[in-house]
Amino acid sequence: MIFEVTPSQTVGPYFAIGMPYEGGNLIVPEGTAGAIRITGTIYDGRGEIVPDHLIEFWQPDGEGRFADLRGYGEQSALPGFRGFGRYGVEDGDGTYSMLTVKPGRVAGPGDGPPQAPHIDVTLFARGMLNRVVTRIYFADEADANATDPVLATVPAERRNTLLAQPAEGGYRFDIRLQGAGETVFFDI
Amino acid sequence: MSTTEQDEAAEAPRDQVRQDGEPEVRQIYDPVADTPTRYRRDPAEAHPPLDYAPYKSTQLRHPKQPLIYLPHTVTEITGPQLSGAVRLADTDNDLTAQHQGAPIGERIIVSGHVYDTEGKPLRNTLVEIWQANAAGRYAHKWDRWAAPLDPNFKGAGRCETDSDGRYEFTTIRPGPYPWGNHYNAWRPAHIHFSVLGRAFTQRLVTQMYFPGDPFFPYDPIFNSVRDEQARARMISTFNIHETRPNWAQAFNWDIYLRGPAATPFEEAF
Repeated sequence: MIFEVTPSQTVGPYFAIGMPYEGGNLIVPEGTAGAIRITGTIYDGRGEIVPDHLIEFWQPDGEGRFADLRGYGEQSALPGFRGFGRYGVEDGDGTYSMLTVKPGRVAGPGDGPPQAPHIDVTLFARGMLNRVVTRIYFADEADANATDPVLATVPAERRNTLLAQPAEGGYRFDIRLQGAGETVFFDI
Repeated sequence: MSTTEQDEAAEAPRDQVRQDGEPEVRQIYDPVADTPTRYRRDPAEAHPPLDYAPYKSTQLRHPKQPLIYLPHTVTEITGPQLSGAVRLADTDNDLTAQHQGAPIGERIIVSGHVYDTEGKPLRNTLVEIWQANAAGRYAHKWDRWAAPLDPNFKGAGRCETDSDGRYEFTTIRPGPYPWGNHYNAWRPAHIHFSVLGRAFTQRLVTQMYFPGDPFFPYDPIFNSVRDEQARARMISTFNIHETRPNWAQAFNWDIYLRGPAATPFEEAF
């Protein structure tokens, strides 16, 4: 028998009561060699910031190995690597920040080429009845990006919305929910 | 059975089948057999649309471009296990015991299982909840609803499912509350749930409702799930047998996350 999934509902305006936890945005411990900070701002369809958003990252380490991976490949050996980050400060300026390492390459679907370094991103907010999913790629990985099997399915003129741009201490990745420069979101 | 399926059957450990034909649930976690390589795609009506006019805040917060199909690669079929990151305290799953005194309201036990769509339990997965107090007020600085705060109720809890995929919280039945979406708008009483599952594809944030709530017909968030049967899956059931005499009412609610795709060929890329 196949059961049906439980439907999604909005995270609402008051998730800060329960969702953030201390160190949630530390995908690697502070002081990790090669750590980078990825920051970005979330904008709505009018170009206004979305201060009440909850964002989560999931990624492998620099060797392309995942944390707590069950049944696939080698587990990450990077000390304290969680692979997961959560940031949800509701009264901020719409800007998130994660401390992490640049992910390595992992296998692509089927027998195709490996994927370019990327991070899976989930975004929740008041006014969103379901999560939206996007991916962070890196603007300075042009060669790997050129052969990435997922980026290849994204219309060329929209690919730049998935590219984190080098910035001081790491990268910047803004998300535009709607309108001009709308970020590419995925059907997962 | 195709050759590929036979090969898979030979490779992967499978659940034992009992005499009555029902699969015996393994007691020991098997990382290979319990980690699907591809997940089922949710049917179109399973979740609410991101663009839903009756819930006004969706207007500027939904993408207008079509979503792009993402194959389930290793990044999507793996997922976080927060056991190490989130340290669970003894009172984390008892929201009535997190302060000096007892909170005001109807004490309830909310329990259930987290399953995938094949009915397999998700073991040791994090379940997080947050909610308003008995008067419908959140312990949050932005909540200005003219109902009293309860100094003995914060409204947040978390636990890990056990080896049967079961979770349990002791809490206070939350009250309904008004909000500004439209004239005389009230949210039905609800508890927010967040479930990680074991794969990025399974991540779910939702709300649990209580049976027979009079606000159901008027709430655009509840009704954003267009299919009536799907809406029913968000409503808990009262369970007299789990009610603790002279102590607490009991409500049951099972959560279903997407399970494995039916065949390796379902998702051509």
